[in-house]
Amino acid sequence: MKKNTKTVKKAFIATLPVMAGYSVLSMGFGILLQSKGYGVGWALAMSCFVYAGSMQYLAVDLLAGGVSLITAALTTLMVNARHLFYGISMIDKYKNTGWKKPYLIFALTDEVYSLNCGDLPEDVDNPSLYYFLVSLFNQSYWVIGSVIGSLLGSVIPFNTEGIDFALTALFVTVFVEQWKSTKNHIPALTGVIASVLCLLVFGADNFLIPSMLLITAVLTFTRRLERRQNNG
Amino acid sequence: MDNIHSALMIGVIALVTVLLRFLPFLIFRGNKKTPEFITYLGKVLPFAIMGMLVVYCLKNISFVSAPFGIPEIIAVAVVVLLHLWKRNTLVSIIGGTACYMVLVQLVFGG
Repeated sequence: MKKNTKTVKKAFIATLPVMAGYSVLSMGFGILLQSKGYGVGWALAMSCFVYAGSMQYLAVDLLAGGVSLITAALTTLMVNARHLFYGISMIDKYKNTGWKKPYLIFALTDEVYSLNCGDLPEDVDNPSLYYFLVSLFNQSYWVIGSVIGSLLGSVIPFNTEGIDFALTALFVTVFVEQWKSTKNHIPALTGVIASVLCLLVFGADNFLIPSMLLITAVLTFTRRLERRQNNG
Repeated sequence: MDNIHSALMIGVIALVTVLLRFLPFLIFRGNKKTPEFITYLGKVLPFAIMGMLVVYCLKNISFVSAPFGIPEIIAVAVVVLLHLWKRNTLVSIIGGTACYMVLVQLVFGG
């Protein structure tokens, strides 16, 4: 049991940056949803069952616009297709996690992925509990924040403009951390360059799927090259 | 009618999201060995995706209208430098976010 206390502590500390980013983003979501006439029950349901940050913001527009179910499905597919990649890179890490596995997969958001895809912190001797708690803590912040946002409306005592940058900052630190952890910078550079290229070509609303295809193509190609070099 | 349509829509969005998250695990499940190519992708994708996520977060910057992405460029640089210097995630994130808030609220705000 003593061992697990350490794991709980490490998981909590790891999620603090997400708590900062989520508390603002989720409250913003609750406020926005409320302003379109959807009360606290809707906010709670969406944060419990959808649990996908940027998609929930988009969903507010879809709900308010009363679009068709097919449009909603296709939009979700476009925006959340990147989650396929998360799954592919977590298959081995989430193996042998037992009863925790369905929830681990359900809760695999950008932020959970960024915390769980790397090496475990030192002294964590129960990896599956650590992954589980990181996922659970993050979703709790998200759910609590959206409920508070929905209830309190816009009564926030200070100017929070820009605080959502916390999530960008989180991804940047993970990127730097990964960069320092390896000598092979081709995957990281591929990710940045392919995404920027696709952003320029396809625009902000449509660049994720082309980026994913381009990244997969380039990484497949570099693997072939490496193999040929190793064999020849 | 409206409430039912809204509830159905949330259901659809939740379902598609969950399917996308579960799909890779459903395809490569069980104790079968994961194909070598997928293991390879699993190893290199995190590096590439984190780059993609950073770009995704910054996708709405406009370089042709004020403030020309300057707050974002400065704040990202602060995060990178702080992180290379202290190697402490919390310090990097709090420092970068505080810097960004000051920039958008006080320097470029208004």
